[in-house]
Amino acid sequence: MAQFLDISSWLLLSLGGVFVFIGGLGALRMPDLYTRMHAASITDAMGPVLIITGIILQAGLSLASIKLTAILLFLLVTGPTASNALASAALLAGKRTEQARPFEQGRTE
Amino acid sequence: MTVIFGVFLLTLLVITAIAIVQARNLFVSVMLSGIFSLLLAANFFLLDAADVALTEAAIGAGISTVLLLGALVLTADSERAPSTNRLVALIVVVTTMLVLIYATFEKPRFGDPFAPVHQHVAPWYLDKTREAIDIPNVVTAVLGSFRGYDTLGEVFVVFTAGIGVLFLLGARSGEYAQQGPIDSAQPGGLRHYLIPRVVGRLLMPFILLFGFYVQFHGDYGPGGGFQAGAIVAAAVILYALLEGEDRALRVMPRGLLTGLIAGGALIYGAVGLAGIFLGGNFLDYSVLSSDPVKGQHLGILLIEAGVGITVTGVLLSIFHAFAARDKF
Repeated sequence: MAQFLDISSWLLLSLGGVFVFIGGLGALRMPDLYTRMHAASITDAMGPVLIITGIILQAGLSLASIKLTAILLFLLVTGPTASNALASAALLAGKRTEQARPFEQGRTE
Repeated sequence: MTVIFGVFLLTLLVITAIAIVQARNLFVSVMLSGIFSLLLAANFFLLDAADVALTEAAIGAGISTVLLLGALVLTADSERAPSTNRLVALIVVVTTMLVLIYATFEKPRFGDPFAPVHQHVAPWYLDKTREAIDIPNVVTAVLGSFRGYDTLGEVFVVFTAGIGVLFLLGARSGEYAQQGPIDSAQPGGLRHYLIPRVVGRLLMPFILLFGFYVQFHGDYGPGGGFQAGAIVAAAVILYALLEGEDRALRVMPRGLLTGLIAGGALIYGAVGLAGIFLGGNFLDYSVLSSDPVKGQHLGILLIEAGVGITVTGVLLSIFHAFAARDKF
């Protein structure tokens, strides 16, 4: 049982790390603000869920896991809200999405 | 593992510092300085200094960023091109750096039990905390009781700094607080943005609750007045950002904030004087109750409350002083 918990928490942590990495990569490489935000929101949503669930599996049933759940809830509520506020601020500031076009052109511009 | 992680964090810290110096856009600089503080907080935590980490995260990364953004509204958003000769500055900085690096050769190894800092009064504090004060968090015992004078000094530094900033920014008493009914059609804060508002309202009680938890749990875990004051102030600043500054001033008018600034410092000093009147020394809490240990608990509780009240008052006053300047 302990080994099963270790393996699943290891899997969740690694998967969370992969999602955060993809989010970071997308935030760097995507062509305009909105697509970058879209990429970064993976870090907001999937990253904490997987990583904190992985840590909870390590912590077991204790006060620490309750605190971790509270942190997870907090992140799940605030992350999308921050994304929403950022997007509406960008829209208000007059940023428009670029027309969908091949990725390469967006970069070499 | 800790060493690798520490070196990693410190490297990021240096990179962030260079980026702050390089950035010409001040908004970018402010955001980077927030990241800098957060990295520093992570580093403190890695060194088992949870109390310091909490303070750095709450004040350095949280409130300072908000205050700097408030200051940014009043100034230009990009740095002026440097005009003076930078050679002298460069020489001074490089010399200081060399001296500091030379000084680190004399430092004891990290975690060395025979380091001078572990030979002086620290063992005595660790020994006596259980017997004389009997709270699990030695940091709070040292800050609140053993070195109560130093913390008193810190509170008065915060107090003086707050008063100084208020004078500099020319906070005018109560002008906005006593206005007529708030015109709800007038845009203030983020009143028209539904989602941040709803979520902000949802979070506010929890942030306040967490602030009080940090305040009163300081005896048992990381926390205390400085951190709690910053968290409570952050909750009210969040309210001001969402609902408009005038509504926040209705909840906590300027007069109340000034009262908090002075009142917290006053509580601290009064607890100290109470020690004298009850026959002990200044800031000796043992005489506050018939049982010396209970007296210590009571004294630490009261002075931490004083610290929290002053910090909340000062941070909110500075925030409102910046926000009021915006309207001229």
